[in-house]
Amino acid sequence: MTPSETTTTSVRALDEGTKGLRSKHLLGIEELSREDIVLILDTAEAMKEIGTRRIKKVPTLRGKTVVNLFLEPSTRTRTSFEIAEKRLSADTLTMAGSNSSMLKGETLVDTVRNLEAMTPDVIVLRHGSSGACHLLVDVCDASIINAGDGMHEHPTQALLDAFTIRQHKNHIDGLKVAIIGDLLHSRVFRSNISLLKAVGADVWACGPRPLIPLGIDRFGVRVTTSVEEAVEDADVVMVLRVQLERMRGHFFPSLREYFSLYGVTPERMQRAKSDSIIMHPGPINRGVEIASEVADGPYSVILDQVANGVAIRMAVLYLLAGLGAEGDIQ
Amino acid sequence: MSSRAVVLKGGRVIDPRQGIDSCIDVRLEDGLVSALGQEIPVDDAFVVAVPAGFVVCPGFIDMHVHFREPGQEYKETIASGVAAAVAGGFVAAACMPNTDPVNDHVGVTEEILKRAAEASLAKVYPIGAVSLGSNGEQMTEIRALHSAGCVGVSDDGHPIASALMMRRALEYVSMFDIPVINHCEEPSLKGDGVAHEGYRANALGLRGIPGECESIMVERDVSLSELTGGSVHVAHMSARQSLRAVRSGKDRDVKVTCEVTPHHFILTDDDLEYDPNRFKMNPPLRAVADRDEMLNGLADGSIDAIATDHAPHHADEKVKEFAEAPFGIIGLETAVSLSLDRLVNRGVLSLTRLVELLASNPARILGIPGGRLAPGDAADITVIAPDVTVEVEAERFRSKARNTPFDGWQLRGAVAATIVDGRVVYTNESIAGAATFAWPSS
Repeated sequence: MTPSETTTTSVRALDEGTKGLRSKHLLGIEELSREDIVLILDTAEAMKEIGTRRIKKVPTLRGKTVVNLFLEPSTRTRTSFEIAEKRLSADTLTMAGSNSSMLKGETLVDTVRNLEAMTPDVIVLRHGSSGACHLLVDVCDASIINAGDGMHEHPTQALLDAFTIRQHKNHIDGLKVAIIGDLLHSRVFRSNISLLKAVGADVWACGPRPLIPLGIDRFGVRVTTSVEEAVEDADVVMVLRVQLERMRGHFFPSLREYFSLYGVTPERMQRAKSDSIIMHPGPINRGVEIASEVADGPYSVILDQVANGVAIRMAVLYLLAGLGAEGDIQ
Repeated sequence: MSSRAVVLKGGRVIDPRQGIDSCIDVRLEDGLVSALGQEIPVDDAFVVAVPAGFVVCPGFIDMHVHFREPGQEYKETIASGVAAAVAGGFVAAACMPNTDPVNDHVGVTEEILKRAAEASLAKVYPIGAVSLGSNGEQMTEIRALHSAGCVGVSDDGHPIASALMMRRALEYVSMFDIPVINHCEEPSLKGDGVAHEGYRANALGLRGIPGECESIMVERDVSLSELTGGSVHVAHMSARQSLRAVRSGKDRDVKVTCEVTPHHFILTDDDLEYDPNRFKMNPPLRAVADRDEMLNGLADGSIDAIATDHAPHHADEKVKEFAEAPFGIIGLETAVSLSLDRLVNRGVLSLTRLVELLASNPARILGIPGGRLAPGDAADITVIAPDVTVEVEAERFRSKARNTPFDGWQLRGAVAATIVDGRVVYTNESIAGAATFAWPSS
């Protein structure tokens, strides 16, 4: 898959030929077709250019209301959505779990019904429980964007990852992508394997045995507990965070032993292709899953991922709420 | 109380304990079966001609329900529970002690029996707690509970986690010949799990519970039953490894029995969706291999009983994030149709075997009357229509709850009527011929 010609054309041109996404919500990569994925990535190419302008704002979502409901801690994703919404001129507000009525015992469904009564166009939800977004589909007219639900999916992360790979490699199909780390608790892993498989990558999953989910054989990825085997000739090395906050019980003995077995170090990276790239969804634990020399090294595209997150989220917001709207992005 | 005798005439009667499967008459008198056989005298009795295709069975007994009273009447009451039971073809139900307060004292047992007598529909057999508050620390006064009417003991909802507590309970109940019914679940393997550990749970990002979480404790309990001679009954068995342990115990004549729910012999984790109202229960829906092994066990006799684990919850509690909602689905009003459709009509097992699973064996395991239609037995009868197709309509349930995965299912096999102590307590208005059983009482 290569960036299509829309990269250099305007979104106005895109709009004319665009039917939009199949669903009015973005709940997960699993619900997207390959065409949906390509459409979002192509749209993001055009959105990215807006961030390079002197005035980084277009009227596309003028008059639209977007609520960011973040009921689990988030820095990158929340900021990224807020910037994307503001660049598209949406009216936005952000609610965090700590200042919502859920602290008073209100259920998620009731909270969202109350928000819904104020007719927002889009609700962006980050929630600690898998399936939280699916629970809202039936009670909501607004489009729901999943900004991470428990251990289930984080679709905009996988999209920005794919966008970043495409930016550096020009295509994704046939690339060896090694995903290393806490597979069991990772929504980024689940979204990424759905996406990378849909576009034809050769996906390897690697981690200590207790962090490899049962039934992973049915995910259609190659599985290994050897980081050396995973990294060997890889085009992309995607490092996942060790999610200590989700770990209940005994998954590995110590962070020191984890780093000695799975830490992505410059020595281990020598096995990868010479032009390989290093990715990480953040926040990174330096010296746990990744050595600083790698995170800050020449192959690292970690900050590109953050930058591209804004473009991807603009694209998703545009495709769900801005198609057919009066404003364009010229 | 004397009332006019009734003769159920010419219907197919199945009674595995008497080896009966033939078209004979059954005479009911003063709440008891008074005679059965070919062309028995009618004299002044009211004659009910059993419609063709209907089958007269010893009344079905659900040995595992949650009626939520006392304490959680917003979910279910004993009155709504027994109404659901008779509408589902059950003449009796054994209710688990995890009420609020727990049924760990005679006063609670007496209260349950009083409510059941007031409702006067299905018979209610309380199960007492093994430990005070079901917290696994101090044994209840099992002798007193048994005398008050408890027919078994269990800490259901929780496992009896301590092997020593289980050993002592088995030793103690062996003096009264009642079973310890265990919710087998190794607590550290359960953790925060909410679904069967495997591909589907992982794809949905739900924390998993492996089958071994159950089977490890089944293996322990079989060993402890062997050590003590006490009877252990495995509640709501779901994992193929558990069945292997039960079979191995039975091969050595260990006093172990087990039950399985309709949802565990029909659904699998492939069916799992983010809808706790339909799909969140404990034990969870397991793999296809587990489901298939439950079917094998039902057919070959290594599984003793079908029980529903009827677990009513309020809709408010079930419209929640999957991990937050309570475990459990209801089953009283669907179990018989599901069993007829999936087991008998698909050739997994015979009607005779089904009557063993639903009536004779539960009575035997709990040591209660019923499960047989011999002269002198209570006239507790379930009339079924195995070939009549019905649709599950949750909106019409007698239960207060609607948490079922089977709403809208078309099932071949229906309950036609339910008779308790010779009194017709339910006729199914939605099927032709069932009204035949609505004879004038007294």
